[in-house]
Amino acid sequence: MALKIVKGSIDRMFDKNLQDLVRGIRNHKDDEAKYISTCIDEIKQELKQDNIAVKANAVCKLTYLQMLGYDVSWAAFNIVEVMSSSKFTYKRIGYLAASQCFHEGTDVIMLTTNQIRKDLSSPNQYDTGVALTGLSCFVTPDLARDLANDIMTLMSHTKPYIRKKAVLIMYKVFLKYPESLRPAFPRLKEKLEDPDPGVQSAAVNVICELARRNPKNYLSLAPLFFKLMTSSTNNWVLIKIIKLFGALTPLEPRLGKKLIEPLTNLIHSTSAMSLLYECVNTVIAVLISLSSGMPNHSASIQLCVQKLRILIEDSDQNLKYLGLLAMSKILKTHPKSVQSHKDLILQCLDDKDESIRLRALDLLYGMVSKKNLMEIVKKLMLHVDKAEGTTYRDELLTKIIDICSQSNFQYITNFEWYISILVELTRLEGTRHGHLIASQMLDVAIRVKAIRGFAVAQMATLLDNAHLLTGNTQRNGICEVLYAAAWICGEFSEHLEDPMQTLEAMLRPKVATLPGHIQAVYVQNAAKLFATVLRKHDGETESQAAQETSQLLIDRLPLFVQSANLEVQERASCILQLVKYIQKLQQKNVEVAEEVTALFAGELNPVAPKAQKKVPIPEGLDLDAWINEPPSESESEDEKPKAVFAKEEPKHSRSRHTEVDEKELARRREVRKQEQANNPFYIKASPSSQKVYDAPGVEHIPVVQIDLSVPLKVPGMPMSDQYLKLEVERRQKEKAERKKKEKKKKREKRGKERKADSGPESEEDITPAHQVDIVTEEMPENALPSDDDDKDPNDPHKALDIDLDKYVPYCRHLQFIHVLHIVYDIQGNHQDESKVVVSVIFENKSDSFLKSMEFNVLDSLNSKLQRPEGAGAHDSLTVPFQLPPGQDTHAFLFVSSVSVSIVAVCIDCFLMQSDESSTHEKLDFKLHFTCTSYLITTPCYSDAYAKLLESGDLKGSSLRLEGINMPFHHLLARICFHHHFSVVERIDSCASMYSRSIQGHHVCLLVKTTVSIDAKCDEPSLLGNVLDEIKQTFSKC
Amino acid sequence: MIKAILIFNNHGKPRLIRFYQYFAEDMQQQIIRETFHLVSKRDDNVCNFLEGGSLIGGSDYKLIYRHYATLYFVFCVDSSESELGILDLIQVFVETLDKCFENVCELDLIFHMDKVHYILQEVVMGGMVLETNMNEIVAQVELQNRMEKSEVRTFLNSFL
Repeated sequence: MALKIVKGSIDRMFDKNLQDLVRGIRNHKDDEAKYISTCIDEIKQELKQDNIAVKANAVCKLTYLQMLGYDVSWAAFNIVEVMSSSKFTYKRIGYLAASQCFHEGTDVIMLTTNQIRKDLSSPNQYDTGVALTGLSCFVTPDLARDLANDIMTLMSHTKPYIRKKAVLIMYKVFLKYPESLRPAFPRLKEKLEDPDPGVQSAAVNVICELARRNPKNYLSLAPLFFKLMTSSTNNWVLIKIIKLFGALTPLEPRLGKKLIEPLTNLIHSTSAMSLLYECVNTVIAVLISLSSGMPNHSASIQLCVQKLRILIEDSDQNLKYLGLLAMSKILKTHPKSVQSHKDLILQCLDDKDESIRLRALDLLYGMVSKKNLMEIVKKLMLHVDKAEGTTYRDELLTKIIDICSQSNFQYITNFEWYISILVELTRLEGTRHGHLIASQMLDVAIRVKAIRGFAVAQMATLLDNAHLLTGNTQRNGICEVLYAAAWICGEFSEHLEDPMQTLEAMLRPKVATLPGHIQAVYVQNAAKLFATVLRKHDGETESQAAQETSQLLIDRLPLFVQSANLEVQERASCILQLVKYIQKLQQKNVEVAEEVTALFAGELNPVAPKAQKKVPIPEGLDLDAWINEPPSESESEDEKPKAVFAKEEPKHSRSRHTEVDEKELARRREVRKQEQANNPFYIKASPSSQKVYDAPGVEHIPVVQIDLSVPLKVPGMPMSDQYLKLEVERRQKEKAERKKKEKKKKREKRGKERKADSGPESEEDITPAHQVDIVTEEMPENALPSDDDDKDPNDPHKALDIDLDKYVPYCRHLQFIHVLHIVYDIQGNHQDESKVVVSVIFENKSDSFLKSMEFNVLDSLNSKLQRPEGAGAHDSLTVPFQLPPGQDTHAFLFVSSVSVSIVAVCIDCFLMQSDESSTHEKLDFKLHFTCTSYLITTPCYSDAYAKLLESGDLKGSSLRLEGINMPFHHLLARICFHHHFSVVERIDSCASMYSRSIQGHHVCLLVKTTVSIDAKCDEPSLLGNVLDEIKQTFSKC
Repeated sequence: MIKAILIFNNHGKPRLIRFYQYFAEDMQQQIIRETFHLVSKRDDNVCNFLEGGSLIGGSDYKLIYRHYATLYFVFCVDSSESELGILDLIQVFVETLDKCFENVCELDLIFHMDKVHYILQEVVMGGMVLETNMNEIVAQVELQNRMEKSEVRTFLNSFL
């Protein structure tokens, strides 16, 4: 035996360890994959050995390979083996590997529950620590459910190292098993005042994470945090608390008012930039929440903006970045105070750091007003020209559009200017945002009626110069613009000066190189233009022009009829036939214009994107109800419903076929031949006419490549800069006029009381250049306003939205009206199994100070209060704290006990009314010790469980639960959690569960999905009580 | 919360990866590549924050990194963490490494990935900051190492 061990360890010395593996990989740079695959083979051999040291070494190497991207999940079982080693060295290796590669889908995880429970209660704190660390990475809902109680116990461990870890991991447990939040919360709250700063910090951390998602449930903790904030010196904790306040203030403005002062003090006093920054951030959050009610905080705003300016001007890029970030938050509510730093922010656009430039851009978005929009956009356009790299330039482009279009074009006073900006943007090289520009053009043209004339003229020029946009294949992102241009020209063609020219431009052969969906729009809108042209020449007798137009279409459309794109082809052939028909009518001098325009009559209104969703469901309409009676199941399989149609269909078609007689067919054939002969593009079967394009050699035509690296000024297009000048002049003029008027008024008012000067020009004074009517998007009638459109129903944090102040169903409550509110919870004591721990929370509900409370417990045969040594059997227990009004505190009592009982408790307490007078009150109450309080979650293996059942010592009883409709695993989870059971085995529709009382009585349950519970126990009275309580738990839900 | 901690060198070779949310191995490698691509093209004198890549995070997440000689230390965090706080934390972590390895260099990380993990475990647990005090971290790491050594000694003694 000894020889075997020695042999094993010698073997091990020849194995590669992690260092050898790394060295080997570095020496095999050329054939790394091959080398690693031989290593993996070796590892597989090592894992087969019995020696745990060899296994641990192999697992350690696997962890390294996992980092390099190798899937090592095949070794999951071996990892579990190493985890369960009794030696810390190996255990640590095992847990590390598990934390790197286990996840919810790993099936061996369920084998680890008992091992982890054992490690958690290990006497060695580092075994516990390693288990907690590992568990924090791979905790699953099952593990969370089974181990929640154990971890909760660890939160009051004697070693701060363990407490700290146990507190932190609770957050992960809450996420996976939300039901544990309520019972664990009192203890978590207590840890906020732990003597160890690390534990305190961990508790703050967890509560901040919880509160971030559901802040309203944690408002009641605000006073406690406030105390911490003013007392703590740990910057890390302070930052967390201050961040938390930032999340709480929007819900409680009174809190904000209280916060301002200590926060400003901190801002002035701290030297830590991180703390300063978070303070500023929270002050901003406070000010935002107060913005409606409290106007007198301009000093705080000024302080924040000042501090941020210092940050932005700092040479440290990090501070600059954060300064801009915080600035953007102020901007939302106090734009004026930020706008005065416009110079600084525009300066940041020149920064070499892209992150900073993007932040500055974000800020500009909020800084625009009617007054400065044109100026800011002009600056941005300059940056667009200078910008290197398409990503940044694209970002600029989207920002320009965002800035201009924000809140329904609120800041645009001159839409002609905006259209020309859009047109200028089309000249950007290689942008991917063609569709964005296009949608803006469409949006503006549709919704701003006054601008249509101008827009159409611009679009017509764009179409005319389409070759500039499409000339270079790299720039094809931009040709999306033509989509918008064509549609606008077609739809609003009545504004076109020369529709004929535009029509001509839209039917150029070059158009056929555009993407299909654009061609389709071209074709459709060519038809609209055609209608307009006809109308223009309406009334002229023997209109030459109208007929020429028809001819133009008939000549050009066949090009599109041949298109490979179905949409284009279909539209083109349809329209071609239409035009041919119209031409016939024209030749007969029939008036057609009226009828053709009728084809495109009517206006399209913009529809809000969410309109469809908002259509209210009419009353009485039940979308889930069957429209017809559902077919019964037996029928559906035997008969195929499709057959009903299949039988009838052939009959119809056959009868139709017979209607067409031979003569008709021959005629049609003749017509088709004729048509094909006339069609120059129809490739005929005979080889002689196969070459279509052979006449003048195409290759001799000189093709000039146009170099478009320099942004071109498209002839005839106005530059947006002109508008800026015009606008400035216009405003000056208006201002002058207004002054004149005011002077007049003043002269009239002379004699009456003097009015104060109106001061600088305000926003409202700027009148738009055009009277603009922005059509709002249509919404269905009765649409309900709702904000929940964007909420994600799958957010895991939603489950944690638990109101912690309300009735806690799993702890027991006692309330003495107006005086004291008591919550208590009873649990078996893991350290000393003959005792149970009663934790009690007192909350002072009265207005007065509660001083010196005493517990009087009447010991019974079954239960005894654990008193300090030396105290007599009837002495009372003094509660070691005083309660100011509105506060709550915890106390623990240890009760050693034998069996189920009710303990009578009496509290003597003195109520201090004022400094002198005090009253004395005696409150009697009873603590109900349920029998599950005496049960301790104990793991049990299935073989031991089977033996136990076979032994015959247990007596049985059973229970049926009625009206339970929850998933089976929820049911199990509830039993585990509330009654301290653990699942031994689960097979399909039933599960066996086990627990043990502190006196060592076994309780076994067999739970079936039919919600019947068979129970066995060696103590019949305990059994009956447990079943009663289980029944009670489920009757509550 | 911290979503991931990545350490890689100037060529993008991973030296330590620690994800606090599950990603399959190939996805992890892709994230490392993307992050390296984002971080490596930045000058040393620009800011240390990056709005997250497309693979990891989303709008709520940020990459916060520091570059030391041949190594990048990248933390991917959400908005509940303080940016400057995390920068300090990286500094604490690196100083701790320096203390534990006595003048840490890339080679230490290459050959002792497991040790680096054990140190990190004392700083960050399950994506939440566990300890920021360097002395406390070093003390816990050393106590555990001592325990490991004593176990090895008893193991060897059993043969003598």
